[in-house]
Amino acid sequence: MSNRKHHRHFRLVPRGASALFLALTLLVGGTGMVGVVAGGVHAAAAARVVTVKIANFDFAPRALVVAPGTTVTWINDDDDAHSIVADSHSFHSQALDTDEKFSFTFSTSGEYGYHCGLHPRMTGKVIVKA
Amino acid sequence: MTSSRDDPFSTDRTIGRRGLMKCMAWAGTGVLWTMSGGVASSVLIGEATAATRSAGALNFAQISDTHVGFDKAANPDAIATTREAIARIRALPTAPSFVIHTGDITHLSKDAQFDTADQMLGELGVPVFHVPGEHDTLDEGNGKAYLARYGQGTKGTGWYSFDYGGVHFIALVNVVNLRPSGAGFLGEEQIAWIGDDVAHLSASTPIMVMAHMPLFDAYEPWGWGTADALPALAHLRRFGSVTVLNGHIHQVIEKVEGNITFHTARSTAFPQAAPGTPGASPGPFKVPADQLRGVLGVRQVRRVHGRGPLAIVDSTLA
Repeated sequence: MSNRKHHRHFRLVPRGASALFLALTLLVGGTGMVGVVAGGVHAAAAARVVTVKIANFDFAPRALVVAPGTTVTWINDDDDAHSIVADSHSFHSQALDTDEKFSFTFSTSGEYGYHCGLHPRMTGKVIVKA
Repeated sequence: MTSSRDDPFSTDRTIGRRGLMKCMAWAGTGVLWTMSGGVASSVLIGEATAATRSAGALNFAQISDTHVGFDKAANPDAIATTREAIARIRALPTAPSFVIHTGDITHLSKDAQFDTADQMLGELGVPVFHVPGEHDTLDEGNGKAYLARYGQGTKGTGWYSFDYGGVHFIALVNVVNLRPSGAGFLGEEQIAWIGDDVAHLSASTPIMVMAHMPLFDAYEPWGWGTADALPALAHLRRFGSVTVLNGHIHQVIEKVEGNITFHTARSTAFPQAAPGTPGASPGPFKVPADQLRGVLGVRQVRRVHGRGPLAIVDSTLA
């Protein structure tokens, strides 16, 4: 199913990061931890991260303009569960309970409309342009 | 028919304050619905009156929106209130033959949540008939986990029918492929199946429909309806008596439309705001702790006596 494939694609980001962290930790041992962590922070700073808050059954901001390569993180501030589903179904999150997050990295320019899978009236969009 | 009753939805889709007050007054007291030959009437009753009526050929309970796994401010211990609801059903003077659960069994479709729900509902000691809510289809397979557990003998995404006590029960799934408005959706395949399912029935057969989302527009701005309910209900217009039981909106609202009466049920987990409450959203609604059990509850449906009318009694956990 295409949804699953894209979901895995998304998952590569954190899984890859933690695998790298683990590998480096094993290589350099305890004293190397600081350097590895510093490296991680540097990598995060290089790739821009933008946050969208989910609150009171709405996305804030509803529309975002970001550069290619930007990672958008949605955080659920509501007491109800929500999910992020691309209108094109090119990406989707699992259901997010309160305080849970979902991240997706937009590498290609374009306009990405999305909605909440549980409450489809909640809509937002991410405009990716260089 | 209920000529003396103002229809709170008659003018437009915004529920009037007066209409709402009436609804809530009814909800709090318990309503006896009688239905005979497609003519429904209602009177306010004391619960004791309902409880002392003799058992009939049909007697079942409805439980809804247990949301196992929910633990937020609107009810930090939703497991406890669901256990109380189950105890209420077990304590009914006339034990129900079975229980219907109109969806949102779990909050997040997790296996452990389904396990807990099954363990609690198992304590009822009678069969439980399910339909899924949108919170039960959040697994990666969009409802495959629900079907694996409850879908044996069902069609499509989990719809089915059965007969009991001379009543034909139709269990529908309207939580897959929700519409952009937020409303539920049945789909052409399921609607065609409804037509086939009732084709052989005489028009005098009482019909009982169960689904998670309302099959009438309870509140369109919050998506509290089903986008393609009308073509589905068209298959049921010829029947003398059609009763639709659903959950989803966590409060009791009733509507009569010709031969069809709609009844939404309370949740056992947390309340939701009345339609259009200023500043509210269609999500968990916090009330003062000492009022919580007054807005949670269960429903009993019985055939009152041999002539065939049905009594639908809502009671709170208070």
